[in-house]
Amino acid sequence: MNQIQFRSNPVIDILKKIPKGPALILIILITSSIFADFLPLHNPEIGNPRKRLLPPFWEERGTIEYPLGTDTMGRDILSRLVYGARVSLIVAFGAVIIASIIGTVAGVISGFFGGWIDQIIMRFTDAWLSIPMVMFGMLMATIVGPGVFNIIIIMSLVFWTRYARVIRSETLSLKTRDFVQLAFIAGCSKLWIMRKHILPNVMNSVITLASLQIGIAIVVEASLTFLGVGVPSPKPAWGLMLSEGRGGLTAGYWWLVVFPGGTIALLVMSFNIIGDWLRLYLDPHYRNIE
Amino acid sequence: MMNNEKKPLLQITNLSTYFFSFGGKRIVKALDRVSFEVYEAEKIAIIGESGCGKSTLCFSILQVLPPGAKVVGGKVIFEGENLLEKNQKEMNKIRGKKIAMILQDSMVSLDPVFTIGEQIGETIRHHTSIKSVHIQEKIIQLLLSFRISEPMKRAKQYPHELSGGMRQRVVGAIALSCQPRILIADEPTTNLDVTIQLQYLNLLKEIQKNTGLTLLFITHNLGIVAELCERVIVMYAGKIVEKSPVIDLFDTPFHPYTKALLNSSFELGDLSKKAPIKGEPPDLANLPTGCNFHPRCIFKDKKCQMEDPPEIQLSQNRWVKCWKPLIDMK
Amino acid sequence: MKRYIIHRLFLSIIVVWIVSILIFIATRIGPDPAYIIAQPGADESELSSIRQRFGLDKTLALQYFIFISRAIRGDFGESSYYGLPVSKIVWNHLLASLVLIISAKIISLSIGIVAGIISARRKGDWLDNIIKWFSLAGLSMPNFWIAMLLILIFSVKLKMLPTSGYGNFSNLILPAFSLGWYFSAGYTRITYSSLLQVLNSEYIKFVRIKGLPEIIVIGKHGLKNALIPIITLAGMNLVVMISGAVAVETVFAWPGLGLLIYNGAVNRDFNIVQAVVLFISVMMVMINLLIDILYAYIDPRIRYQ
Repeated sequence: MNQIQFRSNPVIDILKKIPKGPALILIILITSSIFADFLPLHNPEIGNPRKRLLPPFWEERGTIEYPLGTDTMGRDILSRLVYGARVSLIVAFGAVIIASIIGTVAGVISGFFGGWIDQIIMRFTDAWLSIPMVMFGMLMATIVGPGVFNIIIIMSLVFWTRYARVIRSETLSLKTRDFVQLAFIAGCSKLWIMRKHILPNVMNSVITLASLQIGIAIVVEASLTFLGVGVPSPKPAWGLMLSEGRGGLTAGYWWLVVFPGGTIALLVMSFNIIGDWLRLYLDPHYRNIE
Repeated sequence: MMNNEKKPLLQITNLSTYFFSFGGKRIVKALDRVSFEVYEAEKIAIIGESGCGKSTLCFSILQVLPPGAKVVGGKVIFEGENLLEKNQKEMNKIRGKKIAMILQDSMVSLDPVFTIGEQIGETIRHHTSIKSVHIQEKIIQLLLSFRISEPMKRAKQYPHELSGGMRQRVVGAIALSCQPRILIADEPTTNLDVTIQLQYLNLLKEIQKNTGLTLLFITHNLGIVAELCERVIVMYAGKIVEKSPVIDLFDTPFHPYTKALLNSSFELGDLSKKAPIKGEPPDLANLPTGCNFHPRCIFKDKKCQMEDPPEIQLSQNRWVKCWKPLIDMK
Repeated sequence: MKRYIIHRLFLSIIVVWIVSILIFIATRIGPDPAYIIAQPGADESELSSIRQRFGLDKTLALQYFIFISRAIRGDFGESSYYGLPVSKIVWNHLLASLVLIISAKIISLSIGIVAGIISARRKGDWLDNIIKWFSLAGLSMPNFWIAMLLILIFSVKLKMLPTSGYGNFSNLILPAFSLGWYFSAGYTRITYSSLLQVLNSEYIKFVRIKGLPEIIVIGKHGLKNALIPIITLAGMNLVVMISGAVAVETVFAWPGLGLLIYNGAVNRDFNIVQAVVLFISVMMVMINLLIDILYAYIDPRIRYQ
């Protein structure tokens, strides 16, 4: 019988090498947010006013019925955390995906064609990079009002520039590589070269950048929501939990603030660790110079 | 010509340098009991393949070894003192001032964010007590002696504004700025065009004639050896295998490695008889028993595989470390 | 060098122009601004008089022109909440933000550079680990959450520091640290890799061989070369820091531009919000220009593009 040597399955390879802890956390958070409706959770939007401001179950007044306590309107913290993950993840993934598409296209075009097109796109990038994201978000919110869809758009508008810069310089160096030069000489159309040669090779950078951007997007969404210009009340959102819980700090209601923020930190940390790992996994020659 | 009434300017005895890695588990014997002498105003070449220890030898003399490398034995006597016993502060007075060195790649030897003048000046300022007003003159003088035109303009320029050949000469100027007694040049012409190489070598020759500088030239380019040097030291896998005056070496090499090296070189001899040396240099962490060269030697026998070869002083000027030196071959 | 500066200046002006266009377009994207300014339930005649008053009935290009020509002269209109000229209000809040941002920068640079140097030396692995976790934590925790935690610990539990206010060092330390922690991670990483690259370079080897003492090797040659990427990062971080300052100022009631824009958004004080965004963005472009010039001053290779 012939022995055929199979190359190791990349999916299995990833599963073997990915950092287990963060991956587990991500899986738990993501799946529980998707299937939140099927989990035995309290209603995240309507609370029991008689059970307001209960501490977590291990404290004196707490009960296991509301394991992490309740907020000012008697809503269960734990269920708000899980449902809040939905909003954060949707916004973060939405913004990052849109931004990476726009940014990659802009970056490839800019790097590939050079000249005027490059200059114009780069000046636009410069302009966007000079406008502080949160402040711009507040400006837009005053005009179009808060909302999930709105902040996805706003965040995408600001994020795309990060991709454009990086992809552009990658494209520039790819342009000088032999296989691209040969394609030019062979008379392939520019569109074809961009699609078949440039795009697949920048994908690694896009994926790496995207995985690190997700963490940033989650924090930005939380900030915008905290400031009142992101996800509007009464939707369960971590930023809202933090802004509502802020008043209770001096009174000692620490769980209103510690748990939502802690979940954000945990989620972002996991994404960051995986993102760092992904960077090394996809390109062992990657050097830590941004 | 070796002058055995005079004392050598630099005497190296049984110098051994090892590289330690993986917590000391892997030991690379970069230099193993290397001994030789250098007399004043001599022009010596150290030749050998990459990795044979030529550069490590120079770094060991100057005590600028990378982390993980240590001199584990031997003596380096210079001006009556053992350099290996000196601390960094004392060595700083010797480096650049008494013994200077030029690194391999002149394109990157200069700091990109300081001007040429500043990089020459700081050396002079540190090693001599020449007043700043005079340092400018000295810099111009130096640049001129290295045939760099428009020295005043050049002194204010940055390295990336100069061509490769010019950078090479600036590096040379820096090295000689404080009139050292010995100049060690580590393959200084490797990255240059052939015509520039020639110019540079002639320049060095002239300077050497005028100042009586002692030259230690590291190279694997035998053409340069023939052009510039009087005496040759051949190294292989961390050991010296042959020492000889240049002409004798090319005429009648005694060590099989030297002979093989000459045969594989394009600069000398009949091109139709060229043959690369079979095999590869050994892993310096896992050296073969007996002679280091025996796996690639066509003359080897049992003894070569088992015992370390003896060191034989064949005449006043010739020395070889081999069980079967090619003495009667022509 | 001069050519470089002029070239950069020219580009900056173009960027400022694009910024103003972007902001202007953004403000016209939504529904008729008259609705924003008017009270809810206003009828058509009120709306049209508002349009007239604020010049909203003119063409877009004309509106932009008016907007720009006023802005250049520093006229950003009047705050609907305070009833005072916006430029004055913005000016009053500028100092507080500057103090906060500069302090946060100092904190993040100090921690970052020192941590980077320590990592590069690799003397103790446990220290390395601490640095890694410290960086990761800073990158993962929202700065306003850090702020709240710090308040919880230092103000509520320990009663060591005030929860808000402005004027003392003790007022400054919590906000500055909350804002700066995130950035120290980036500086740590860039210092580490930059140092490593520089210290292993041929030219550093050559300086050592010249016989110069270690202080000059590292302090003069090493430092100048290693500083270059750090400065680049500092410039890029500035905008992000200003974004972050909004939330931090809000938590600590720090009277800077961040708090101003927050209140502006809450009060629907449109002129204030727009002015702050425009003002900060233009300042960013100019600061980036200065940084570019500084960068070219340090690294002569940049001057010749």
